[in-house]
Parts: sequence; C-alpha cells; structure tokens
Amino acid sequence: MNEHLPILEMKNISVSRGGTLLLDISSFLIHEGEIFSLIGPNGAGKTTLLQTLSYLLKPFQGEIFFRGKKVETNHSVLEYRRKLAMVFQEPLLFDTTVFNNVASGLKIRGMKRGGIHVKVIEQLERFGISHLSDRSARTLSGGEAQRASLARAFALQPEILLLDEPFSSLDPPTRDSLIEDLEHILQQTRTTAVFATHDRLEALRLSNRMAVMNEGKIVQIGFPGEVMNHPVNEIVASFVGMETILTGKVIKQSGGTFVTSIEGQEIEAVGDVHLGETVVLCIRPENVTLSTRSSQEGTSARNVFPGRIVKIISLGLYQKVHLHCGFPLVAYVTNHSLEELSLTEGKEVRASFKATAVTVIRKGES
Amino acid sequence: MELIFEGIKKAFWLLVSFDPEVMGITLLSLEVSGIATLISLLIGISTGVTVALSRFIGKRVVVSLINTGMGLPPVVVGLFVTIFLWRNGPLGFFEILYTPTAMIIAQTVIATPIVMGITLAAIQQLPQKLRLQILALGATRLQMVWILIKEARLPLLAAVMAGFGGVISEVGASIMVGGNIKGYSRVLTTATVMETSRGNFDIAIALGIILLLLAYFINLVLTQIQQKERPR
Repeated sequence: MNEHLPILEMKNISVSRGGTLLLDISSFLIHEGEIFSLIGPNGAGKTTLLQTLSYLLKPFQGEIFFRGKKVETNHSVLEYRRKLAMVFQEPLLFDTTVFNNVASGLKIRGMKRGGIHVKVIEQLERFGISHLSDRSARTLSGGEAQRASLARAFALQPEILLLDEPFSSLDPPTRDSLIEDLEHILQQTRTTAVFATHDRLEALRLSNRMAVMNEGKIVQIGFPGEVMNHPVNEIVASFVGMETILTGKVIKQSGGTFVTSIEGQEIEAVGDVHLGETVVLCIRPENVTLSTRSSQEGTSARNVFPGRIVKIISLGLYQKVHLHCGFPLVAYVTNHSLEELSLTEGKEVRASFKATAVTVIRKGES
Repeated sequence: MELIFEGIKKAFWLLVSFDPEVMGITLLSLEVSGIATLISLLIGISTGVTVALSRFIGKRVVVSLINTGMGLPPVVVGLFVTIFLWRNGPLGFFEILYTPTAMIIAQTVIATPIVMGITLAAIQQLPQKLRLQILALGATRLQMVWILIKEARLPLLAAVMAGFGGVISEVGASIMVGGNIKGYSRVLTTATVMETSRGNFDIAIALGIILLLLAYFINLVLTQIQQKERPR
C-alpha cells in the first residue's frame, strides 16, 4: 500500500464561464490529515476551487482523483460527495430545530434513527451547543448558527472537510472562539481539511500548508512560514502583508549583503544577488521603526531614512503610517507611540529597518 | 330594513337547521373547488419548482407568462373552456359541458397559475447557496428538491390557500361552464347570484354567510402563516 498516496489530487483543472477563465490549475494535491488553506483576494478562485473539488461546480475540464481513483460517473460522484462535507460562509441551516439540522446530513445519507441520535448528541457537545438542541435554527446568533453548521458537517465524519471562508461573517470575539475550538477539534479528529480564507492570519494559525491564489491560478504553495516570509512575487508579497514593495537595481554587493538603489536612496539588504540585477524588496510594516528628532532612540538598523508622514490610518489597536522617504514606506505604530511621538500628517520623522528585515525577490538581469 | 331583518332571520334558521339544499350546495362547492385546488397543487408546485430551479433560454418569458396567468380573468377562462367543451368544439364529444367536471376543469385552470407563481417566487427566495449546501450534504437531485419544498413549506401553504380562496369565490366561469343546475352543478357562488336575482334574500344571505365564513377561515390561515414567517 502506498502510504504517500495523496488523499486528493486534481489534474489540469480549468473552469471557464462566459469566456473568462475562472480556474486554471495544472496540479494540486492534498495529503491525508493535513489542514490546507487557500488564501487570496476576493475573486482569486478559492470558492471556485472548493466547489470544483466537491463536484458542485460543473462543468469543468480536468480530472479529480480520490485516493488514487478517478471520480467520474454519476454514481461515483455521489459516492465521492458523500465522503466530503462542506461548510460555507453562511450557516445555511434548515428551518427546524438545531438537533434536526445537525442530523440532516446523516438522514440524507440514509443512516438509521438510533445511530443518528448518538452522533448528533456527540457533535452538539463537541461544539458546545447541546443546550440549543431543541431551539429553532431561526433564533440562533451568528456564532451559534455557524457552530451548528460545523456540527452538521462533522457528524458526517467526512474524509475531507471543506470550508469556504467559514468565519468571515462573524464578529472578532466569536470568530476567535470558534477558530480556537475548530483548531482543537481538527487536531483531535485528525480530519483532513481544506479551507479558503482572505484572512492570512487565520491561515497562518490553522494550516499545515498554504496556497496563495490569484486570478484563478495558484501562485505559491508551501508551508505557512515559507509563504509568509519568502513570497515568490509581488502579488504574494502584498497579500501576505508586506505593505512596502520596491523595485530597484543592485549597485553594491559584498559577502551576503547588497545595496539596492531605489529612487536615489540606497537600501541595504541580505541576499545572494548579482550586481546590476533587478530586485524587488519587500518590507513588513511591523519591522519599520519611527523616531523623531526629539526622541533618543538609537538604532542598530542599517537602513535609516528621513521622511515625511503622508497619511495615518487607524486600524483600531494600532496605526498604519504611510511615509515618503524618497520612496513610499509603510510602518505600523502603536497608539501609544503615536501619542508619545506626536505623529501627525506632514510631520518629518526618521524611519529605520534592519537589513535582515527586507525580503528579497530576485527578478534577474535586466 | 324589514327585508334585511327578515332575510337574516330566515338565513339563520336555514343554517342552524342544516337545510338540505343549502348543505348540498356547500358540499358541492367544497368538492369542486377542493378537487380543482388539489390538481392545481400537483401541477402548480411541480412546474413552479422545476422552473425555479432550471436555467434555460426564455426563462424570463415563461416567468412573465406565469405571473400574468395569476391575474387571468375567470370569465375569460370560462369562455375558453366553454368553447372547448361546446357540442361542436374540440372536446365536445366528452359531453361534459354543464357538469361539475367542467367546473373543476375551469377552476383548475384558474388556480394553477396562482399556485405556480407563488411556488416559483417561494423557491427563488431561498438562499442561492442552500442548494449547494444540500448537495454538499450528499443529497441526490430528488432529495434536494424535496428538502427545498420543505424549506418553503409556509409560502407553499399560502399558495394553496390562495388558490383555493380564488376558486371557491369565483362565479363567472362556474356559471358559464356549470350551468347552475339545481342539485347538480349549483355551487355557493352561482346559487347566490340566482337567489338574489329572484329576491329570495333568505337563502342568498345564508349562502353569503357561508362564503364569508370560508373567506374568513382562509384569511385566518394565511395570516397565521404570515406571522410565522419571520425573517432569518
């Protein structure tokens, strides 16, 4: 028996609607037991991929193999679909009690009443909604309803669980609580899961492997740490939160460090590049420190630039500061620091970041 | 005023004593309209669901036709059914003109678009993704349709009530194709028209009261349904 046989494999999948190519994937596989996330902006094709995967979106070109066997005839499609379970962004519960909702999948799949009862109770408990068992689904809050939807899916003991932005319509505290519980349950049951989200932090937290999608294609696939810190191109870099993306040419190079010229400024970074090569430098805003003339902050950073604050956007718990240092730079600043340094739009400041904090994407010789 | 009071007094007596003629007319009304509603239910719900769930060229036209059909004037229906069942007409050999059967046919034609239209709207109002969710749970196409019908059960019940309410109170088509024959094809509405024109206000009022009670009952059920349909 081949233990390394992926549980799911898609080959040469393409989906077009009305002349537009919605999905174009040459190869995609999932290993048993892994939690795989699909991230990307809206319209990237994440939902299309999930729906194609579960044969909900037809027609499409290409082949799907479940445990090595191709899924094709009408009968095998139904059989295959009954090995999966899917949870959507909206709970999509039926107009009946929570108990009946959680039981609905089992009933559809033909399980007997006695067996259903046991399984439903188990899931209600697991998701902490036993006390809601007899309540009408209409009376549930967003979080409770989504828990019921998850319980319904887990009751089916799917071989693969698919989740399409399951937490997007929940408020932050509800979302956090549910993500924590789901994480725990996925580990406990060792369920293989594929979920789509536009929240990279959620993906970072829950998944073993991640794929970044854009315009119907998978742009990068790998371990979360890899994808987040070593994006292959500007699109991925931008999506994983690298707000500052600059293109320039390497003008100095020695040992493992090099200097890139960007808009007349020189930025030092670490990497193995050639002189004259075009590179894209990406800097995370959390790695940029701001200081004013009056503050005494010394810095060991090699990259220090005077600049002017162009815009400050409040993100609630912290502020996003857009600067112009000859080149555009984005920094995150805590509310406390904002006050302490009296940062306002138009103010002149000093921005600094370490050479090691710069992510380099090589673009090759010009 | 004498007339009215006398009428009401006699009507009350007819009702309380279960006057056989009045009861006969009432039962026939219920039978004819009941069967017509049942048939329109079968045709209307199955067609409504099918159109709602399918995608095809000209769907908009079909939906408009159905919606127009909901407002079909009963006398026009009566006219066309009469023509069809006329002695020399296409279906004349069945010889069912001026029979309860003809009334059932006419009332079915009136009620079916109503049931179809409301069913169509009810199914289309269900969240788009619900179909996907049901299929994702492993349902066959048939199971999915059944679950969607169950989900829309309240508006569908309203459709049935609307259909029934529409035909039990209609008079034009029923007179034209039924002939209002005593003890045979005389129903509440047709009898009321006749008795009123003869000045027999006691019977007319009795029949009128029954019709009002039926209308009230239907309205009661519909209101209950409306109140239960809270937004999700």
